[in-house]
Amino acid sequence: MRKFGPESWKLGIAVIAIAALAASAGCKKKAVDPFPPSGAVAGWEKASETRVFAAKDLWQYIDGDAEQYLAAGVVSTSTSDYKNQGQLDAVVDVYTMNDEAGARKILESGESSSAKKVQVGDAGLAYEQSVTFRKGPYLVRIVAYESTPGTEQALLELAHGVEARL
Amino acid sequence: MKSRREFLKEAAAGAALLGTSAAAEKLAFAAPAGKSKVVIARDASLHGASTQPDEQKVLNLLDKAMAAYTGREKPVEAWKSVIPASILAGKTIGLKVNGLGGRGIATHPALILAVAERLQQAGVKAGEIVVWDQNAHFLEACGMTIGTDPSRMRCYPADSAGFDDEESQWGVAKIRLTKILTRDCAMVINLPILKDHQLAGVTFSMKNMYGVVDKPFLLHANGCNPAVADLNCIAEIREKVWFTVGDAISSVYDGGPGFHPERLWYPNALVVGEDRVAIDHTAWGMIEKQRAAAGVPTLEAAGRKPGYIATAADEAHRLGTCDPTRIRLVEV
Repeated sequence: MRKFGPESWKLGIAVIAIAALAASAGCKKKAVDPFPPSGAVAGWEKASETRVFAAKDLWQYIDGDAEQYLAAGVVSTSTSDYKNQGQLDAVVDVYTMNDEAGARKILESGESSSAKKVQVGDAGLAYEQSVTFRKGPYLVRIVAYESTPGTEQALLELAHGVEARL
Repeated sequence: MKSRREFLKEAAAGAALLGTSAAAEKLAFAAPAGKSKVVIARDASLHGASTQPDEQKVLNLLDKAMAAYTGREKPVEAWKSVIPASILAGKTIGLKVNGLGGRGIATHPALILAVAERLQQAGVKAGEIVVWDQNAHFLEACGMTIGTDPSRMRCYPADSAGFDDEESQWGVAKIRLTKILTRDCAMVINLPILKDHQLAGVTFSMKNMYGVVDKPFLLHANGCNPAVADLNCIAEIREKVWFTVGDAISSVYDGGPGFHPERLWYPNALVVGEDRVAIDHTAWGMIEKQRAAAGVPTLEAAGRKPGYIATAADEAHRLGTCDPTRIRLVEV
């Protein structure tokens, strides 16, 4: 019978460790940066650093609003400011939920009779100054701080820019 | 740990002490028969084409509100009748703003600057005014720039100033208070912004005190009731934050406290008073009126009746009144 020496044990442990790492990496979702850099969407500049909040810290960003996202299974939230043509300011919030159902729940809770359905992601809603859409486990909300004749169209273009990165 | 009865006894004693100086002046313009006076001052022309109101018009509206509240036409005299002389003479006054909803629905910079301007004309040095909120992002949402130069109006957040090492407690509110309230300021003028609130129903005067504590999310149970009332009973809050200049220049009547432009409306108003319960009761009425106009169910029908307002008025809390027959509402 063949005996296993110390070298053989080391080799075995190394093989198992590499296999475990590979399996772990394979299970993780791919890292996503949903925020288009300046110029990636015509007219839009990324105007701030991205801030990221884990679910337990979401109150620091939207205390009082956080509970509905927590109840729907939010994992993390990232946000960044944008500026269009140097004038129109907007904020993009990306909520990463546990699953698609969570994103759907939040989107549907924000629907009212004045909302327009838009073709962004799996489903989307637009108002004069905001676009909200979901794609898989992601719920994206883009809000402008003022209304101009071109606001709605500009927000939709930015929404498509975010969608393409998810 | 002190019992609620002991806290009540101490709070009452504190209120009596406060009454010897500040309240003596306040009685001069209190409403008759012990009623709580609340002023709503409006100017429909506050907004032009811009989303931000006209600064001069906001200053004029503040003057109108203060004149109606105090009965003193000259703005400086009005402010001097509200702020005790002992505080005007060299003590620091905080302006607690609210930027939680982001730039779209935060205390307006025009109002913050208007209050600061009148305080300085009443004798407060610029460096003795501190504009503050929970964190730097909230302050930036209010159009403020962080700065601690003692020769200028200062602006810094609660989380950088730090919180008391020891917890304060009243009822279910067991929290640590920001040192801006406990260490830096002799008095804080409350500058909340009127909003619907998904948990509490309405957020205005009393709810704005959630920005005073280290972990406000721990006070959200049961629609923030009795947490809002309990929190406002903590001696430092009750005794230092007794004057409200509420921002109802713009508001969200549904979907708050975050910014939902599709539910934004412009009351173009300021709400001024000392009875925080009467102010919140009045604010609740304003929100309900707009919800009805927009065809949205009442807060009670939506399961979000702001029960903390009645709790704040009950025998245990005695923070003010929500009895309409005991509120003298003055609309100008």
